[in-house]
Amino acid sequence: MRIHIAQAAMLAAAIAIAGGAYARTIDIAPGLQAQERLQTALIDAKPGDVVRLAPGRFDLSDGLSLDVARVTVTGAGPDQTVLAFDHQKGEAEGLLITSNQVVVRDLAIENARANGVKSKGVDRISLINLRVEWTGGPKATNGSYGVYPVASTNVLIDHVVVKGASDAGIYVGQSRNIVVRNSRAEFNVAGIEIENCYGADVHDNVSTHNAGGILVFDLPGLPQMGGHSTRVFHNQVVNNDTVNFAPKGNTVAGVPTGTGVMVMANRDVHVFDNTIDGNGSSGVMLVAYLQTFTDPAYNPLPRDISVHGNHYGRNGFAPDFPGGTELAKALGGSLPPVLWDGVDTYTHPGGAAETIQVRLAIGEGPVANLRLKLQGASATRANPEATPTLGVANLAEPPAIRLPADQAGL
Amino acid sequence: MRPFAPLRRLALAVGAALCLGAAPVPAPVDTGKLLEDTPAPVLADYRLFVDGAGRSPNRGVTPYGVNTPLFSDYADKKRYLYLPPGTHIGYRSQGLMDFPIGAALIKTFAYPADPRRPADRVRLIETRLLIHKRAGWSAVTYVWNDDQMSAVLKRAGLRLPVGFIDSHGQARAFDYAVPNVNQCKQCHAQAGVMGPIGPKARNLNGDFDYAGGRENQLTHLARLGLLKGAPVAAVAPRTPRWDDPSLPLEPRARAYLDANCGHCHSRAGLASNSGLYLNLEETDPNAIGIGKRPVAAGKGSGGLEVAIDPGHPDRSILLYRMASTEPGVMMPQLGHALVHDEGVALVRDWIGGMPKDR
Repeated sequence: MRIHIAQAAMLAAAIAIAGGAYARTIDIAPGLQAQERLQTALIDAKPGDVVRLAPGRFDLSDGLSLDVARVTVTGAGPDQTVLAFDHQKGEAEGLLITSNQVVVRDLAIENARANGVKSKGVDRISLINLRVEWTGGPKATNGSYGVYPVASTNVLIDHVVVKGASDAGIYVGQSRNIVVRNSRAEFNVAGIEIENCYGADVHDNVSTHNAGGILVFDLPGLPQMGGHSTRVFHNQVVNNDTVNFAPKGNTVAGVPTGTGVMVMANRDVHVFDNTIDGNGSSGVMLVAYLQTFTDPAYNPLPRDISVHGNHYGRNGFAPDFPGGTELAKALGGSLPPVLWDGVDTYTHPGGAAETIQVRLAIGEGPVANLRLKLQGASATRANPEATPTLGVANLAEPPAIRLPADQAGL
Repeated sequence: MRPFAPLRRLALAVGAALCLGAAPVPAPVDTGKLLEDTPAPVLADYRLFVDGAGRSPNRGVTPYGVNTPLFSDYADKKRYLYLPPGTHIGYRSQGLMDFPIGAALIKTFAYPADPRRPADRVRLIETRLLIHKRAGWSAVTYVWNDDQMSAVLKRAGLRLPVGFIDSHGQARAFDYAVPNVNQCKQCHAQAGVMGPIGPKARNLNGDFDYAGGRENQLTHLARLGLLKGAPVAAVAPRTPRWDDPSLPLEPRARAYLDANCGHCHSRAGLASNSGLYLNLEETDPNAIGIGKRPVAAGKGSGGLEVAIDPGHPDRSILLYRMASTEPGVMMPQLGHALVHDEGVALVRDWIGGMPKDR
């Protein structure tokens, strides 16, 4: 038998070499000069190679970076292989990826000075079975994002756990064609955030004990704007009860503690079949961007939003935003599971006000319509009305996200 | 024997002169070595310098300076340009000029033991090369040995303890970071394409103290046939000197931000996703930071609301991050470990002098 296996292995190797697809595995162990050895491996890797990190704790003094396409960085598991940035002296990222078709999997990143793993401008980035954690618990001095694909295309985040991010645990920004699934975000300011993205499926995740569970946002003044087409489904968005600890100035600092799902200034967002429970401010919040802006192409309103088939527990019992307490009182003691600010009018920078048709399909409720009308108006000026449902019966759902066949998965 | 002594001295002198005359001409720069895919293991292999210690440039290697440089932890930076024999730079008023294949930009980072005697007891740290190969520009760095006689290839980066005496006479000590090759690219790539940052025509349009006297660099290079197609320097664009007190604050501050931030914070740079663009060509006030809210700053916001709050430097995230040395907060993220006090002061004065809008 042994001989047969050896022969088969040799044959397989020969085929691989003949096919020109011979991939090396570069093994790196923790220990002295881990920084230089690991960074050298990430520089010397050739397309197709695997950089394999042994179990143990890699004590790193600087951020790491990878700029070679088709490389897999793998560890022995998120509880076995730890990239520890406790003594990081430079760079913002734990690991920065700028090359296509990269997989990072089966390892942990602890206490990165800013972001855990960032990919910028990458096509086909797969982040699988990772743990990204700030081990001192929620603190404003923790890094911003756990996993941070930005300006990337074909993004897979699968079985990723993030704890303690002072902005969003799982953040995807200005990207296209995204899947976030089977992941867990807890004790972050935002659990999962999809911002200025085109096409995302966020499903089968658990987002709990954050200030806000799942956010779908669009912000002005960025190269990719006009975020649209996100489906949020089959998630557990429960007990988001960590007091918002984001440093002031950041957009997420304005997310009320106890937000379940929040959609801001985005379109074609469908929120369905989730369990949404124990979120003190609100179950589902549909709101306009609150600040002034100078970008003439920006639309600050949520529109074409569908909310249906979710299972709600107790939400909206402690609304943590200006006017929230009064609203709850006016609506019978707590806020209904779904809340819309009722804004349908905004002023174009340097131009006139425009009222747009905001199409909503809220098939469940009651729904609180704050009837604020004008973008920028504070919730303290709400004239709330609760109805069993709101808007049309249904809206066309964005298509399911399909990742390329050659994108690495589980 | 006495009477012959003067003759013998003469003979010795003539002999010495003959020896000098017969001294071998140093071998030229090895352009072929520069163009190889794999970088040479030691700097000396390229023969860019005629001495092993990297002080005396070889023929074809021209020193240059830039009007407004990148701050590099107060290192003294010596810059040189190599062009293969018979080649020249094609002038372009905007962006990167047209450098020939085989061109190399050479920059040595060094600290004199005492800045009042800048030529004495200088410790060379590293010499970085940007080489224009057939496949594009390629960056590599060589770190000087303790004996200061040889510089060896370092691809994965390095931290080195460095001490120096600053302009106030204070001893400073810090961990100098030699960049790894990916970090070179993080600053030097625009839309994924590597290239030089400093030697744009506008940043070379200033005087330099050549061995033969002070001269405008564009004029000098054109006169030597190393630059073609350039207009007279007086009409060529010019990056203001950040430290020229005779100039208004705004052009100085913008030039400073261009040199220190604009390679990353541009529409084609690594920080394009931030929406904050600090290159000189940017004209949108919001993109330059005025009233601009952060996107992914995290703790880098310092609890402040906007990048630049006109009239309020202490409410401006831009200044907060320039004045920090904390990884994840400090800007630039790469290339320095110390705060550039003079740069911070300039940007502070610029923001402070803006008309307040609140």
